[in-house]
Amino acid sequence: MATAIFICIGVLFNIFGCIGLIRLPDVYNRLQSATKCVTLGCCSILIGVAIHFGISDAFFKALFAIPIIFFSSTVAAHALIRGAYHFGAKLDKRTVKDDYKDAVK
Amino acid sequence: MRYVTVFILSLIFWLLLTFRLSVPNLIVGSVASLICSLIFTRYFITSVYKLVQPKRYFWFLVYLVVFTWECIKANFDVAYRVLHPAMPIKPGIVKVKTSLKSELARMLLANSITMTPGTISVDIIDDYLFVHWIYVRSDDPEVYTSIITGKFEKYIKNIIE
Repeated sequence: MATAIFICIGVLFNIFGCIGLIRLPDVYNRLQSATKCVTLGCCSILIGVAIHFGISDAFFKALFAIPIIFFSSTVAAHALIRGAYHFGAKLDKRTVKDDYKDAVK
Repeated sequence: MRYVTVFILSLIFWLLLTFRLSVPNLIVGSVASLICSLIFTRYFITSVYKLVQPKRYFWFLVYLVVFTWECIKANFDVAYRVLHPAMPIKPGIVKVKTSLKSELARMLLANSITMTPGTISVDIIDDYLFVHWIYVRSDDPEVYTSIITGKFEKYIKNIIE
């Protein structure tokens, strides 16, 4: 039961992340939704898997995948967003502030 | 000493990840841990005695609870902005000063910022973190510094520095 709940929550958040990927205007906002929702979604699915298998090797593997996913996704998001800025991807027209422009010159 | 610590930690991590105590597995794990310790020790904490201070683990647990809560809040925040028909976003890149000195602490702070509601760290230059914010709530540097880094900085300072 708990397994099903955790996996459903995970799938739901992954769907939200994908909707955000389509709806949000520019690459920076899209990365926000992709990083946050998809990371928590995957972690939730992994917790569901860990509960399903109980104390066994799959349990430890699933739990240890969580910090790996967490660090890799945050570092990847940082690398992508910095790379996008240096490549020259435009900020959306609703952007109100850009302090980074002066710093990289 | 630092090399040995990194080696042991990565070997334990490898054994838990593969979960098998056969001889070939141990050999492969030792070689991999050796390579890891040779390459990555320079990014490790400067003094290994920090690892045996229980106070730091206590703060780490507090940090984990705070962080998990922020992480869940971040997801509902993004879900709300994404599903709202008018999409209430007001994005911007703000500059935030940090008082953390060590590289590892800054890395942890930047990762925490990436997982908190609406913010994602772009770059770090000298003492300043550049943060992309999906909804800029204030124009005052002091206010947004406390909103973005205030929650985590004190915990990370207690954990690592």
